[in-house]
Amino acid sequence: MGIQTPNGYTLDNSGKRVVVDPVTRIEGHMRVEVNVDDQNVIRNAVSTGTMWRGIEVILKNRDPRDAWAFTERICGVCTGTHALTSVRAVENALKIDIPENANTIRNIMQLTLQVHDHLVHFYHLHALDWVDVVSALSADPKATSELAQSISSWPLSSPGYFKDLQARLKKFVESGQLGPFKNGYWGHPAYKLPPEANLMAVAHYLEALDFQKEIVKIHTIYGGKNPHPNWLVGGVPCAINVDGTGAVGAINMERLNLVSSIIDQTLAFCEQVYLPDVQAIGSFYKDWLHGGGLSGTSVMAYGDVPEHANDYSPKSLKMPHGVIVNGNLNEVFPIDHADPAQIQEYVTHSWYKYSDESKGLHPWDGVTEPNYVLGPKAKGTRTNIEELDEGGKYSWIKAPRWKGHAVEVGPLARYVVGYVQKRPEFKEPTDRFLSALGLPLTALFSTLGRTAARALECVWAAQQMRYFQDKLMASIKAGDLSTANTDKWKPESWPKEAKGVGFTEAPRGALAHWIKIKDGKIDNYQCVVPTTWNGSPRDPKGNIGAFEASLMNTPMADPKLPLEILRTIHSFDPCLACSTHVMSADGQDMATVTVR
Amino acid sequence: MAAATETFYEVIRRQGITRRSFVKFCNLTAASLGLGPIAAAEMAEALETKPRTPVIWMHGLECTCCSESFIRSAHPLVKDVVLSMISLDYDDTIMAAAGHQAEAILEETKQKYKGQYILAVEGNPPLNEDGMFCIDGGKPFVEKLKWMAEDAMAIIAWGACASWGCVQAAKPNPTQATPIDKVIKNKPIIKVPGCPPIAEVMTGVVTYITTFGRLPELDRQGRPKMFYSQRIHDKCYRRPHFDAGQFVESWDDDGARKGYCLYKMGCKGPTTYNACSTTRWNGGVSFPIQSGHGCIGCSEEGFWDKGSFYDRLTTITQFGVERNADQVGGAVAGVVGAAVAVHAAATAVKRLTGKPTEKTDA
Repeated sequence: MGIQTPNGYTLDNSGKRVVVDPVTRIEGHMRVEVNVDDQNVIRNAVSTGTMWRGIEVILKNRDPRDAWAFTERICGVCTGTHALTSVRAVENALKIDIPENANTIRNIMQLTLQVHDHLVHFYHLHALDWVDVVSALSADPKATSELAQSISSWPLSSPGYFKDLQARLKKFVESGQLGPFKNGYWGHPAYKLPPEANLMAVAHYLEALDFQKEIVKIHTIYGGKNPHPNWLVGGVPCAINVDGTGAVGAINMERLNLVSSIIDQTLAFCEQVYLPDVQAIGSFYKDWLHGGGLSGTSVMAYGDVPEHANDYSPKSLKMPHGVIVNGNLNEVFPIDHADPAQIQEYVTHSWYKYSDESKGLHPWDGVTEPNYVLGPKAKGTRTNIEELDEGGKYSWIKAPRWKGHAVEVGPLARYVVGYVQKRPEFKEPTDRFLSALGLPLTALFSTLGRTAARALECVWAAQQMRYFQDKLMASIKAGDLSTANTDKWKPESWPKEAKGVGFTEAPRGALAHWIKIKDGKIDNYQCVVPTTWNGSPRDPKGNIGAFEASLMNTPMADPKLPLEILRTIHSFDPCLACSTHVMSADGQDMATVTVR
Repeated sequence: MAAATETFYEVIRRQGITRRSFVKFCNLTAASLGLGPIAAAEMAEALETKPRTPVIWMHGLECTCCSESFIRSAHPLVKDVVLSMISLDYDDTIMAAAGHQAEAILEETKQKYKGQYILAVEGNPPLNEDGMFCIDGGKPFVEKLKWMAEDAMAIIAWGACASWGCVQAAKPNPTQATPIDKVIKNKPIIKVPGCPPIAEVMTGVVTYITTFGRLPELDRQGRPKMFYSQRIHDKCYRRPHFDAGQFVESWDDDGARKGYCLYKMGCKGPTTYNACSTTRWNGGVSFPIQSGHGCIGCSEEGFWDKGSFYDRLTTITQFGVERNADQVGGAVAGVVGAAVAVHAAATAVKRLTGKPTEKTDA
């Protein structure tokens, strides 16, 4: 028995229900419920965004030049990417061109975020789904050293180094105060690494924790702080002065050298630690190819990192652009953010209300009215949910669709699009990774493939940081110091009404903001973010989203210990604060929100 | 703290850290807190005789920027904080456990460490829709927050969200996002505002509490005086340009390239109490003004609703700034009742932790 979804899944909720809430090691609040059959295989999956903040409501009637700071606070993990999307939306609406140096510095900041986010995600949010910390205690430090040296030239790899690290870890565990490792799934049969690989990974968990704080200093130099650096409509706020009075108060030679040195270290860490680790860990999990979900059939990437300032056409974008649907890898469709028929959001299963919930609405014309009601089959009460009813409304996330299709976004989506477009910078590293593990291309469509794509992309992004920093130096050498265009800084210079869209590739995937400006103020603001796409609930036709699809048919060793669910959900790097949002429609007042 | 068995010093000694490194660590930490050598010796003594304090770190409506900032700490390294200085038993952003296994830790901590753990709160509870704009374990976050607050020794309100409400509480505050001191009334709360707070300020506050066994001295708004008693403007390296009347008039103009004062570009440094212009950010690399953008006032209450970030402050005059900005700051020294309440709260913590009560020159 079971229900067939239009996007090809058979859902059967007759088996035992398993609830995971809170899902930890993510940004924000999320819940997962699954049904497992008598073999403990997942036959129905329900993912729920469990928070809502209403940032876009708050933006109404504010100064569009301030919007970057508000939207940046949508997320402190992908810090800066919403701000960049926002200034692009405002510039698109007001037809503001930015200087070449501003585009270059923005790219460096965006790439810095990609690298930082991917590293921290893998080591600190995802690794514990693959790595058994307790098993590391029984590793042989000498064998660990041999393993480390066989996969990388990274210098911290001596037997003594691993011995000391192991001693520290042992004493930490023996203290009985396990801190963040308390109640972990240690010894779970889904862990496959030998003790030595576990010990190496734990060492790199701690090294990455030390190192990540260095990467973000690039944001601090160009944007003043991190998290939440500063941005500017029309360019970037930092001025360049390498050769004159007061250069110490600007981006000068010392600052540029500091950026350059951090880029060198970042590249080394990504190439010599992160990617070899993922390859080594992957080699022990190549039989665990669950979690593919929509990745082999429906993926989308907007593209990002424009080579040329103000040119957001696919040709200028160094990250891939396009959408693949229905498993047809031979055709990549372009995306038009302004076309009302392409991107639409549905609320049939979301805690919002439309006048006609069978239809979707384009972001420029969307409506949001919170409507927190549980379906008739939900168990518990409205303030003590035991089990949700996915037949009714069940998430604070809306369901966005591209021409009606549920799609996956993120590093794997970008790599799939780049791969089928035969772009060598994406295809060749992917092929190398797969062939090193002896896996076919289809293995890419998995939790492991998603994890690998993130690591490959991290190396690519670090290389691009080098490229753009060199480009900035060349521009300065040629005498161009310009970082901001202030022609349209003053609201008096703006048209009475304007609308625009800005898009980026956040670390987690395709991100866009839509803005309407009227009389110098924000009339309407809407964000559709990566985790809205990936974490989407069902739509009126019953299509399931990427999270739910990825959990389907995964066997669990013990449903009480949800390690397999965490491993796959984490592979998307969920960001729930981002995904749960709201807008106010044209002229619609948010007085509809109940205030008690 | 009978429940824990080992002192911080014993733990790090067993982890192979020498006495010499330990003393050096105490000196550096004391220095980063702006404290002298006597305080460093006191800190060393405390760390030698106290076990690692359990910390429960909960998340309400927020963006996780506070956690991200915390892991940026340069001194101490967050690795050392987590492995050797506190016992971070619950933090849904980084903990290995999820679901029931995670929830069980809260229950256990309440029983085993009653009155002995620190509750660190990032984000805030929404009160509309019966609290269900933020659901945690199937229930309203606000319930979980109050439940864990009951048995906490003290509470840290991380960042602008927990302290003031921050962006989701900006008008019209559709979820009725509420600062935690409005829902927890009977516990000492130390506010560490900022969006986010500076990393070393966060670890500085934690190490201060765990080593001295009491809250740092707080101002009338509940903020540690050691980091929040002066305005960005008071210690800004561009202040001489303000006094000399040298201003950036337009982005990327000659003044911007010379590092002139950003007051005319809307800088909120003259009305913002924080450590940015002294401690700076990310290991002291820079801070917003140094990188060319005005301060947006992110550690001040309601900073989202005080006009555009680019509106020039009209509440200060160029040369009368001290008097006038004091008024903007809310007559800091004048509210005796509040100061007494704060003092009472600090005393309560001393009592709970059983530390000697003599005052240091902190």
